[in-house]
Amino acid sequence: MTQHNTQQAQRQAAMAVLAHAEAGEIAARLRTISLPGHQDLRAPESGLVMLRGRIGGDGAPFNLGEATVSRAAVRLASGEVGFGYTLGRDGEKARLIALCDALVQSRDFGAAVERDVIAPLREQLMLRRSRAAEETAATKVDFYTMVRGEG
Amino acid sequence: MYVAVKGGERAIENAHRLLANARRGDQSVAEVTLDQISEQLGLAVDRVMSEGSLYDRELAALAIKQARGDLIEAIFLVRAFRATLPRFGASEPVDTGAMRVQRRVSSTFKDIPGGQILGPTFDYTHRLLDPSLAEGFVPQAPALAEASTAPTPRVTDILGRDGLIETSPQAEDGASVGDLTREPLNFPADRDLRLQNLARGDEGFLLAMGYSTQRGYGRNHPFAGEIRFGEVEVEFAAEDVGFAVPLGSIELTECQMVNQFKGSASEAPCFTRGYGLAFGQSERKTMSMALVDRALRAHELGEEVGAPAQDEEFIMSHSDNVQATGFVEHLKLPHYVDFQSELGLLRKLRKEFAEASAGANASDAMKEAAE
Repeated sequence: MTQHNTQQAQRQAAMAVLAHAEAGEIAARLRTISLPGHQDLRAPESGLVMLRGRIGGDGAPFNLGEATVSRAAVRLASGEVGFGYTLGRDGEKARLIALCDALVQSRDFGAAVERDVIAPLREQLMLRRSRAAEETAATKVDFYTMVRGEG
Repeated sequence: MYVAVKGGERAIENAHRLLANARRGDQSVAEVTLDQISEQLGLAVDRVMSEGSLYDRELAALAIKQARGDLIEAIFLVRAFRATLPRFGASEPVDTGAMRVQRRVSSTFKDIPGGQILGPTFDYTHRLLDPSLAEGFVPQAPALAEASTAPTPRVTDILGRDGLIETSPQAEDGASVGDLTREPLNFPADRDLRLQNLARGDEGFLLAMGYSTQRGYGRNHPFAGEIRFGEVEVEFAAEDVGFAVPLGSIELTECQMVNQFKGSASEAPCFTRGYGLAFGQSERKTMSMALVDRALRAHELGEEVGAPAQDEEFIMSHSDNVQATGFVEHLKLPHYVDFQSELGLLRKLRKEFAEASAGANASDAMKEAAE
């Protein structure tokens, strides 16, 4: 059970990084690994997911509007099945995420995909985010009080 | 008698060819790209995504290009496109409290935890046209400051700790979330349906309705408790995967309006809330939405009801600009047969009127002659 949870957390963490990368970036990183045999279990397809918010930000859910989403599934020759979901209509990106998800679960490739694909993409994402946070922080208001008269 | 009329095919085809040329404009001028629209007309893209009710920047940019910048036409195109795709399901509700904030202001508290963060805003600009933007403008790089890791709690959460503001209504166990793209609208409508309707409603309509409450037609004493804009993560509980899958992030604007409430026999006086949420950076839209959301709660809060903004059937039936433009613009399509029958009726009525007048004149003349 614990092992299952650890692996699920790992897969979610990998997906959270991959969903923010471009298909080309993932493909380029994957080329540094000699990949095992794999096949499409579900060919890439595009559809919609209804995005939900909450009343008042923290109340009951409501339907805000839809988003385009692509998904795919890939199976490694060794049997691991990976799933790929991402916002947008890039089916190839969904397929690459599915391939990575299958590799993350593989005993032979799990470490390599984390080291050569996900870790560098995560680092890139964190750099982008911290840069944006610094730009935002510069627009924070510093209030000061004007002292009038002799005080 | 039924008369089928055919014709106009060639005229229609040629009109569309002419439209394609008018859309392209002077071909010695560079063609606008989708990236340019998405990057440089970003707020137009945000509006088309919000009211088109589809989060996809590239599709919204294409719609704006195809519609020649007519945003309601672009929204129409996006709505029509969404009908061509299957729906995989619904996301987990997004957590706006965990937003990576790019802008966050409160007009109620100066010193909110996390601070007042202006972000990219038109506020405090002088609204003077800037000729330097006409061509070749290169902006100065953004200023940088050390980013704080402190959380930016919602202002309503802070007020909530002291019980000074009502809590948000929670979902009842097993309650389904209303979806007006799946079920026809019935009144009275619950707040989830009202918010869905307002979220895709026309910005101009909501702005006018929100403004009307400020001018006294259903006054509700609002303060902009908080407006925040930034990125939130989206998760989707995919059945085949067996856990909540991260899909990436979207940009959202949220407005928490804080409103006066006198209290009632059973409830102590406290602040009440109106809520606005929309795709992208859509501040005017979410502020208007929050004002109208609060106005539509007048009945629930035992307030006097009578203004248009408090009438949910009026608001929800007229907020959708695709429906509205469909019905208004259909008037320009051929109504020849309808009009012929109206014309026939009018001629008959005029003839009867003329005959009646002639008869009346004749009897008046006879009466005079008799006297």
